[in-house]
Amino acid sequence: MHSSSQSSETNQQVLAVPLREHKGGLMTAVKATLMRDLTLMLRRRGEVLNPLVFFALVITLFPIAISPDPELLAVIAPGLLWVAALLAALLSLDSLFRSDYDDGSLEQLLLAPQPLVALSLAKVAVHWLLTGLPLALMAPILGIILALPAGSYAVLALSLALGTASLSLIGAIGAALTVGLARGGVLLSLLVLPLYIPVLIFGAGAVQAAILGDGVSAHLAILGALLAASLMLAPWAIAASLRISING
Amino acid sequence: MSLCLQARQLACERDDRWLFQGLDLEVRSGEIVRIEGPNGSGKTSLLKILSGQLSDYQGELFWNGAAMNGAREHFLANLLYLGHAPGIKSGLSPLENLAWYQALSGEGGHEEQRLEALERVGLAGFEDVPAGQLSAGQQRRVALARLTLTPRALWVLDEPFTAIDRHGVADLEKQLVAHAQAGGCVLVTTHHELTASPLLRRISLG
Amino acid sequence: MWAFIHKLGSPKWFYGISAKLQPWFWAAAALLIVTGSLWGLAFAPADYQQGNSFRIIYVHVPAAFLAQSIFIAMAVSGLVFMVWKIKVADMAAAVMAPLGAAMTFVALFSGAVWGVPTWGTWWMWDARLTSMLILLFLYLGVIALRGAFTSRDSASRAASVLAMVGVINIPIIKYSVDWWYTLHQPASFTLTSRPAMPTEMWLPLVIMVLGFYSFFIALTLMRTRSEILRREANKRWVQDLVNGQVEEAR
Repeated sequence: MHSSSQSSETNQQVLAVPLREHKGGLMTAVKATLMRDLTLMLRRRGEVLNPLVFFALVITLFPIAISPDPELLAVIAPGLLWVAALLAALLSLDSLFRSDYDDGSLEQLLLAPQPLVALSLAKVAVHWLLTGLPLALMAPILGIILALPAGSYAVLALSLALGTASLSLIGAIGAALTVGLARGGVLLSLLVLPLYIPVLIFGAGAVQAAILGDGVSAHLAILGALLAASLMLAPWAIAASLRISING
Repeated sequence: MSLCLQARQLACERDDRWLFQGLDLEVRSGEIVRIEGPNGSGKTSLLKILSGQLSDYQGELFWNGAAMNGAREHFLANLLYLGHAPGIKSGLSPLENLAWYQALSGEGGHEEQRLEALERVGLAGFEDVPAGQLSAGQQRRVALARLTLTPRALWVLDEPFTAIDRHGVADLEKQLVAHAQAGGCVLVTTHHELTASPLLRRISLG
Repeated sequence: MWAFIHKLGSPKWFYGISAKLQPWFWAAAALLIVTGSLWGLAFAPADYQQGNSFRIIYVHVPAAFLAQSIFIAMAVSGLVFMVWKIKVADMAAAVMAPLGAAMTFVALFSGAVWGVPTWGTWWMWDARLTSMLILLFLYLGVIALRGAFTSRDSASRAASVLAMVGVINIPIIKYSVDWWYTLHQPASFTLTSRPAMPTEMWLPLVIMVLGFYSFFIALTLMRTRSEILRREANKRWVQDLVNGQVEEAR
């Protein structure tokens, strides 16, 4: 810092601060938050890759534990892929607000003259973009090694892309509730997994329906409806939970 | 231009223990108010209540004469709060950190402003170093750069002198006085002894 | 109206009024449960398909009803606590959680016992039992979350939010599980539609359900009262109360 008297003169000019009206600028804030979280995640590639590696690893365990028989694997593949992807998405949830909480920027996020609901939604969107979407894109490859019947690959990816968005939203509530706790990780899964069950049912159901040749539009429509409902309700719960956690 | 933050009959109970009760407080333009008290006397809680983060309190808050609930948006638009933790992301450079804070208040801002603010806190040459590689004091300075970068009338500073060297302390102190002289107001907790000034007022807790 | 709500919210007032209400609910619970069990177990006719094993519904169905109702009651208390900052509501929510978990467990256990003669196995992935199992996990989550915080104020708020999130999800979970297992037995008994059972079978069931509800209310009142004493232990009126009772005992 300059310590000359000249700098305190400039202070006078700069700091004659008029009271500001709140000017909006919500889009600027949301965009900046999106960019910030994307940059941070992309600089720590490991954190983006870990859930994907975990996903692949868990899928590898099943044939070893059950049987290498492709016919048997084909039957259970939709469920296995969905459960493994769900757990992989869960794995990365704990860090969603953790580092912001630790370094104090969560506090600042709460004090921004912008609706917290929108800002936390931006954070969740980044989480989905770098966890749910890659998992959905990777799932068809793992489908091959589980002998997933042809014709269900696109539905698998689509159902996962839709479903993981709901999972990120619902999971963020749990992450926000446990962010102030020293060891919130295991508790987070206990809170969140029961709430994941509807998404799991219709997600895995969509893939199964595709294999059986039934229509998948009903399943996908319900997954979409679940996403719409989570989009409407979850951000409020996330914002309320963050306010609770910050008071720890 | 004048501003006024008032608290009437403020009381805060945390888990069956009263941190403070019946606290009346008024902060006006041109004042530096230092909250004093031993550890655990509720200084941080009081600052959090006054900056609108803690909703679990009794009593009333007024911003420029209007009840806080209705004036919250206007209040937040004029508040700069620095907490215990500097709020600096270690994965981002000081420039990127400041850019986010600028955008958070709704303004795009310019790179020159941020460079200038960083230079003012003595961080010229560190603009693009990841903040994680900076010392604790330097990280604190990045946070303090917001005082000039995003001018706000009301400063609420919780232990702003932590980890700052002697030279920086003197500068910051001057900055606080200048802010008050220019009609802003400052609420601060610190263990550091502030130089006496006609603008300085003390409030004791506990 | 406001005055009334806040009066209701005062722990001292609640402590007094609940002392008066409590015996009535205990009496009602005892009367109804004894009548219902005797009637249901000894006098109601045996089912023409399931024989006597159907009689476990006199425990299973009331417990299952209560398990769901308690979660709703807990979420409503949480809402009342969050909106009006009424501490008694939170105390009630806190004592309801273990009670609800216990009722869910009773429903699950009785369902499993019922399964042995009916399905020939202790566990079937029947839709209702599956929903009940998920409900148990929801209860355990709320209890664990409340226990995890060091600050009780934060614990109360976090548990309230989770209970409200859970209560929104319960119907969704129930609907999805029903979809998942479409071959489940249709609920054999509802209070609103005309039951398919003969009167002498469902009347004792209604009595048992009412008895369980009275039992739940009485137990919640009792446990909320002790929670009040625990949390308000350093308040003047509690100390006066305790000192008074110690005097009396002498």
